[in-house]
Amino acid sequence: MKLITAVIKPYQLDEVKEALRAFGVQGLTVTEASGYGRQRGHTEVYRGAEYTVDLVPKVRIEVLAEDEDAEQLLEIVVKAARTGKIGDGKAWMVPVETAVRVRTGERGPDAL
Amino acid sequence: MNGADTTFVLVSAFLVMVMTPGLAFFYGGMVRVKSALNMLMMSFISLAIVSVLWVLYGYSLAFGPDTGGVIGNLDFIGLKGISPESLTEKGGIPVFAFVLFQMMFAIITPALMSGALADRVKFSAWAVFLTLWVTIVYFPVAHWVWAEGGWLYELEVIDFAGGTAVHINAGIGALAAVLVVGKRIGFKKDPMRPHSLPLVMLGAALLWFGWFGFNAGSALAADGTAANMALNTQLATGAAMLGWLIYERVRHGAFTTLGAASGAVAGLVAITPSGAAVNAMGALLIGVVAGAVCSWAVSIKYKLGFDDSLDVVGVHLVGGVIGTLLVGFLAVDGVGGLTQFGKQALGAFSVMAFSFVVSWLLAKLVQATIGFRADPDDEAAGVDQAFHAETAYDFSAVGGSSLRERGGPSATPGAALDETLTATGSDRHHDSKVEA
Repeated sequence: MKLITAVIKPYQLDEVKEALRAFGVQGLTVTEASGYGRQRGHTEVYRGAEYTVDLVPKVRIEVLAEDEDAEQLLEIVVKAARTGKIGDGKAWMVPVETAVRVRTGERGPDAL
Repeated sequence: MNGADTTFVLVSAFLVMVMTPGLAFFYGGMVRVKSALNMLMMSFISLAIVSVLWVLYGYSLAFGPDTGGVIGNLDFIGLKGISPESLTEKGGIPVFAFVLFQMMFAIITPALMSGALADRVKFSAWAVFLTLWVTIVYFPVAHWVWAEGGWLYELEVIDFAGGTAVHINAGIGALAAVLVVGKRIGFKKDPMRPHSLPLVMLGAALLWFGWFGFNAGSALAADGTAANMALNTQLATGAAMLGWLIYERVRHGAFTTLGAASGAVAGLVAITPSGAAVNAMGALLIGVVAGAVCSWAVSIKYKLGFDDSLDVVGVHLVGGVIGTLLVGFLAVDGVGGLTQFGKQALGAFSVMAFSFVVSWLLAKLVQATIGFRADPDDEAAGVDQAFHAETAYDFSAVGGSSLRERGGPSATPGAALDETLTATGSDRHHDSKVEA
């Protein structure tokens, strides 16, 4: 099993969600995040005092996938999140030992 | 008794009352989340304290029969001798209407200073300072400016609704208090962004609305002077908002919401002393000058290094001085000129000198006795928790809080619950031993 994590632009969340649903993914975890990369922050002015806001708001999505689906899912996420402009984010994938469905105790692929 | 005038003055008093909550929101939105409630309370507490002081002795000191041009006597202590039938000599309105109207001025004036001391003073110390300040600074100055026999009143200084008595007085008093109390931890280093600009806008709107009572109501009659003042209030405020926004756009590249709200308040401040003595063009000029100059003036604190947190000096002192001085030249009916300008300057600077010295001494007195400044840890964690045992907003569903049982271990509100936690911890430890 694999865990796919992506940090993306907040406005692309719906696209990613739809694309995953179309593929048949049953669930997804979304966290509000902030960070910086090549995209620079912005400046705010309050009565002449200028503040640089370095951290840009992002959302972090996490989805578990079976090994054989993982590559394809990663591609789907990346494609849906892409706008082509700087700040589109990152996606990565790591192996997962196991997963348990809390309600039933099912393990492995059955828990997805 | 004149029914129309009485109605107008009473309604004006109600309008001025809402300025203090308006100010609370104006300031409250500008501070960080951790001290938002404290900022609201610093204004609200003035409604409580000064209402009481005003009828006990404040009205008598400010508007009682004159003693040497500097203060009223104690004839009206506890509103002694004033009945519902008592009428003012000039206007023929009930004295009670005048007492109520002027009470609202005494309430908002010390509250104006609170913005300069945001985030870092003990609430009890603020309440004591407010009590002393309104007694020793405001009541006498209100007498000088507005009471028959008061020395600035007799000198014919124009201060229609309180540019000198209210705004210059509070602005310079705030500066003195800031110099005693010192900067916030992290001033000029940490970001101190307003936590809610919509609240600031709402507060500015309430101030603007209430200010019609403040300014036009000061005519104490439903007449042409009141109408002129109301019109000029609107004109100067609009012009000042434009002045501030244009300066800001040129200097910093954006039309900010905070700038619009601040510009409006700067205009309201500047037209307060002057609005009844100028025509519409004069009002527009006073407004636009106040907006642009105050927009620049709020940056002085960074250069000079005093932490006037919410710009009481930059907006109220500077705006008050602009209005008070400009009316010297712009006053219509042949009043304006160098002579009047000289009187205006004398009035403004006497009040500044008196208020600065006495405010500084009072702040020092509070600092030396009960301590003005909050504990650094309390300041870092936020004065809301330390002095009010509350949090402004519940942001999270997973707060980790639970209801304390009545009769349970007592704790000082706001204090960390060390004792309770330790007790629970040792119980758990005990349990696990039994299981083992």
